[in-house]
Amino acid sequence: MLKKTLAGIAAGALLLGMAACGGSDDDGGGGGSDDGLIVGFAQVGAESAWRVANSESVKASAEADERIGELKFVDAQQEQEKQIEAIRNFITQKVDVIVLAPVVETGWTDVLTEAENAGIPVILADRGIEEADEDLYVTRIGSDFIEEGRKAGTWTTEEFADNDTTRILQLEGTVGSAPANDRKTGFFEVLDSEGFSYELVDSQSGDFTAEGGKAVMETFISTHGLEDIDLLYAHNDEMGLGAIQAIEEAGYTPGVDIEIIIVDGSKAGFEAGAEGKVNYIVECNPVFGDQLMDLVVQVANGDEVEKFTAVEESAYGEGEFEAELPNRKF
Amino acid sequence: MSASTSLKTGRGRAGAYFKRLMWPLIVLAALLIVNVAVTGFDFLIPDVHDDRLSGAFVNILRRAAPLLLIALGMTLVIATKGIDLSVGAVYAIGAAIACQYLMSRDQSSIGAVVFAVALALAIAAVIGAWNGTMVAYFGVQPIVATLILMIAGRGIAQLITGGHIPTVGDTSPFVELGRGAIGTVPVPIWIAAAVFAALVLLTRTTALGMLLESVGGNPEASRLAGVRSKGITILVYLITGACAGLAGILGAANLGSADANNGGLWIELDAILAVVIGGTALIGGRFFLVGTTIGVVIIGTLEVTIINVGLSSQWQFTAKAIVVFIVAMLQSPEFRAWVLRPFRSRRARRSPAEPTPEPAPEKAPVT
Repeated sequence: MLKKTLAGIAAGALLLGMAACGGSDDDGGGGGSDDGLIVGFAQVGAESAWRVANSESVKASAEADERIGELKFVDAQQEQEKQIEAIRNFITQKVDVIVLAPVVETGWTDVLTEAENAGIPVILADRGIEEADEDLYVTRIGSDFIEEGRKAGTWTTEEFADNDTTRILQLEGTVGSAPANDRKTGFFEVLDSEGFSYELVDSQSGDFTAEGGKAVMETFISTHGLEDIDLLYAHNDEMGLGAIQAIEEAGYTPGVDIEIIIVDGSKAGFEAGAEGKVNYIVECNPVFGDQLMDLVVQVANGDEVEKFTAVEESAYGEGEFEAELPNRKF
Repeated sequence: MSASTSLKTGRGRAGAYFKRLMWPLIVLAALLIVNVAVTGFDFLIPDVHDDRLSGAFVNILRRAAPLLLIALGMTLVIATKGIDLSVGAVYAIGAAIACQYLMSRDQSSIGAVVFAVALALAIAAVIGAWNGTMVAYFGVQPIVATLILMIAGRGIAQLITGGHIPTVGDTSPFVELGRGAIGTVPVPIWIAAAVFAALVLLTRTTALGMLLESVGGNPEASRLAGVRSKGITILVYLITGACAGLAGILGAANLGSADANNGGLWIELDAILAVVIGGTALIGGRFFLVGTTIGVVIIGTLEVTIINVGLSSQWQFTAKAIVVFIVAMLQSPEFRAWVLRPFRSRRARRSPAEPTPEPAPEKAPVT
């Protein structure tokens, strides 16, 4: 995190200049709604393929949507300072709606209060902010990580319904991160509530990286062996793909000797699925531009919306991977 | 200065050397015993699979190879009173260059793989030399000079990969660098051993090691004594850069992909830890390549130990801190003196009362 922040300082200097220029140019323009809504979007950055696909989706949807006049897009290079600066610029530019994908959960009270005083509604995208500031935004659109975990759990109870006791290995995401916590919670919530007989043989963090996933899986294999293991549940693609390599190098066949669930649904994940190495993919969908634009219009019109809007996400089983592969955006 | 005295007292030096290594070795042995106790002797005994040695401990060594390469370079830099924070970023750059180059070319061609590796190594070495130049000629403090690239390096790696994760196919000879084996021994272990041997020969059979220690011990005095410290400083940063690039190549070959964001993340801190565990002081001067190697194996073993004894992921950081703390304490003469003081003072009180001294052997273990 620190390094990412530091990286932002260097790369963000240029961006800050750009954002400031944009601000002074557009000051006089105001937020005329004759040509459609003007939306300001403060994105986290371009730190992952998922995020890049997310940014592209939002830009493309705004472009295609006639109700949206202009999308002011700011890439904050993973820095909160840049996002606060961007929101202040949006306020002086009198945009109609502000969309914020907050880098961190805290420290938004002041700037969001300014937006509220200026009468500009705020929508959060993807990530949330601390509960104390709940009144300062209208709604949040994002992935329901718990639901993703439940989907993985439901598939498990069906796939292994005939087993006596299903022995499970889990590769967790970064310790303490919301997707890691929630994907775990949702998964075991379903297993427990279904009365499903299972044993969690081992569970460790692979830090959401291929490197981590492979290293931890190698240790799992040398410690527990793979003969008695039925299922590997990886909290994201990268760790799952790393684990698949470890399984292959140990002389086992992923997808056959051990069944594998991964969450995310990147192109690389679906390719592995098409090769039969993955049995179930739970999607974590970054392509919610269209859904976001609908929400923006509703909010601008003052319609009542739910406090949380879940992104439409599906899950894919064997036989569906190949067909879905061309649709993958990241 | 210290070099000349140590040359004279060769035997005393060997003794001091062993003393430095004793504590890390004890900690490593303790970790291994814990693992063997939990998982049995299979932990240590390798088996051959697909003509490649595997088994828990061999896997640890194989996975530790990139960290060892970086830590060895870091040891030399630290010996000159420097530090290199950019190694993690250079790791990412090396991995990115090799994978990105191969992605758009014929991956099965040996020529392309050799060129990709050479290109990545050359650029990593240039980056290292740049760090060294800033330190030696422009007088920038090492921590600042290398911090610049630590910050910018991952951005550069992302520019190289265009923000995506370039992949190299499983059939390419490139991945053999990370997964293959020569004579059943995994290639990364060979590479790390070769670099280790080269650096030991370079620093212990030529004057370079002595010059390094003199530059680290007292740069001004060595300059007055006619040591060309600037050239030496650039050389060690260059070696470290090349080592970091090579580590990135091994890491990328192992995974068949290069992740500009996460590849080698925080490896600079692990490398510094390994150097410190190995007995090399951050203030420069004396350095211990063997000690660093033991430090690297300790760190690698520790990560596996946490899984084997069934600690949750939350323990990863804490356990590492505890082991480092223990090693640091054991290495501190002040701490050992403080712990042993109750015994020593009793003997000190007793000995004047008894003019006929206790037999010498009893004293020996203490001092």
